[in-house]
Amino acid sequence: MTTMLELRSIDAGYASFQALFGVSLDVRPGEAVGVIGPNGAGKTTLMRVISGLIRPRKGTITMEGTNVLATAPHRIVSLGIAHVPENRRLFPRLTVEDNLKMGAFMPSARAKYDDRLAFVFDLFPRMKERRHQMAGTMSGGEQQMCAIGRALMSDPKLLLLDEPSAGLAPVVVQQVFELVKRIRSGGLTVLIVEQNVQQVLKVVDRAYLLEAGTIRESGTSAEMLASDTIKQAYLGV
Amino acid sequence: MQSFLEIFDIYLLEAMVNGILLGGVLALLALGLNLIFGVIDVTWICYAELVMIGMYGMYYLVSVYHLPYWAAAPLCILLVAGLGAALHAIVIAPLLSAPPINQLLATGGVLFVLQSFATVAFGIEFRNLGIRLPVLALGEMHFSYSRLLAFLAAGIGMITVYLFMTRTFTGTAIRAIAQDRQIMALMGVDTKRIYVVTSAIGGALAGLAACLLVLQYDVHPFVGLSFGPITFLICVLGGLGNFVGGFVAAFVFAEIISLGGLFSDLEWGYVLAFAFFIAMMFVRPGGLLTRRS
Repeated sequence: MTTMLELRSIDAGYASFQALFGVSLDVRPGEAVGVIGPNGAGKTTLMRVISGLIRPRKGTITMEGTNVLATAPHRIVSLGIAHVPENRRLFPRLTVEDNLKMGAFMPSARAKYDDRLAFVFDLFPRMKERRHQMAGTMSGGEQQMCAIGRALMSDPKLLLLDEPSAGLAPVVVQQVFELVKRIRSGGLTVLIVEQNVQQVLKVVDRAYLLEAGTIRESGTSAEMLASDTIKQAYLGV
Repeated sequence: MQSFLEIFDIYLLEAMVNGILLGGVLALLALGLNLIFGVIDVTWICYAELVMIGMYGMYYLVSVYHLPYWAAAPLCILLVAGLGAALHAIVIAPLLSAPPINQLLATGGVLFVLQSFATVAFGIEFRNLGIRLPVLALGEMHFSYSRLLAFLAAGIGMITVYLFMTRTFTGTAIRAIAQDRQIMALMGVDTKRIYVVTSAIGGALAGLAACLLVLQYDVHPFVGLSFGPITFLICVLGGLGNFVGGFVAAFVFAEIISLGGLFSDLEWGYVLAFAFFIAMMFVRPGGLLTRRS
């Protein structure tokens, strides 16, 4: 099976500090891969490097063979990568429908707008009810659904989810991950960055452990759940 | 006594209607300025000078090259739209991450450049299109057709912008960029292109205002000073960047000017309007429509 997303030896950071040190990972088509680790490990930086919000200092990223680093940031979505940012980042004073419309901005998505909208509303009936509501007035869980819906509007091949459970009540977190399972069953490849180790390992096939900017461990979710380091540090066992 | 009161009411009504007509063009100008500030977060100090160039454009197209007014107007709008896009590309874009004071100084510089350019190129004489539109008489009230036309055209312009902003993808992107700049790339939006489009729309609105103002006023290199400061006051009164606020403030301001001028000389109307503005800055510094926090 060929790899869809390939990161090799990524060094990345911000003006004042380096956040990632020689990170390499793979995502294969149809897989769900998790990146777990504590606060400040560099998980969000990793997502941003893939979606082009920041550029790495060293290393390579390819998506289905195309060099992501040679692609302008606003064209990366046309490679099939859709990023649901940390904290949702909906447009608060636009309606739900306008937020979804923004997800379909790129030309190839515009052509399929009606179909994609129907798909997203089918997946999230509550979004359809609230289509004319200002996104900023919705609850955290609803905003997360809307943010995921917005990313799906571009009919992506790879969905990047940055901390989907952040700031949400446990019941809502359950719903979000149920949703991720449903989306996966449609064939979508997913890369999830999460602090909630229990929940994410239930949903993904494989996971990487990122600590202080480097990959410490990787394996199938069964292997990770059985790993001693993870059990002690993150599962409170 | 009875007849005196009747006449008084008629003049009051006439002044109120004239206020609304004046408000239309001011609202158009405010919309252009608010668009640029709300989306790009930059203030075009030279906005009225763009209108001035547009007015000269109309003068040359109509009086010198003898195009009919209806043919010249779209050309003028396109000209100033291009000027707006050029202003952004040449002056604003390199300064987007500079301190706001630098941006203000740069557009201030453009203001002087445009005024000086107009002085050298066109001379300081007052120019006029020479088009005299008739006056509509409704009973005792008189309304100039040029004002009515200006109001209608301004209304159509603003409705067009509204439809563009709400119904099209690019228009929605323009509204979105004002709320969260950083994630626009995730949706495939090229923010540089959006800025250029927004600048062109701001320029087009200035061009439309130029077509309407040139029917009522003479053009000279410093004509921008007549309505530039007022446009800024209106935008600040409505809340800088607040489209609805600017719209309301334009009509409020225009009514005060119109009604104030009714009771005494025309200039007192302006005095009252500016006094109102100063008072509002104490009471509602964030703008007319903001809630008091």
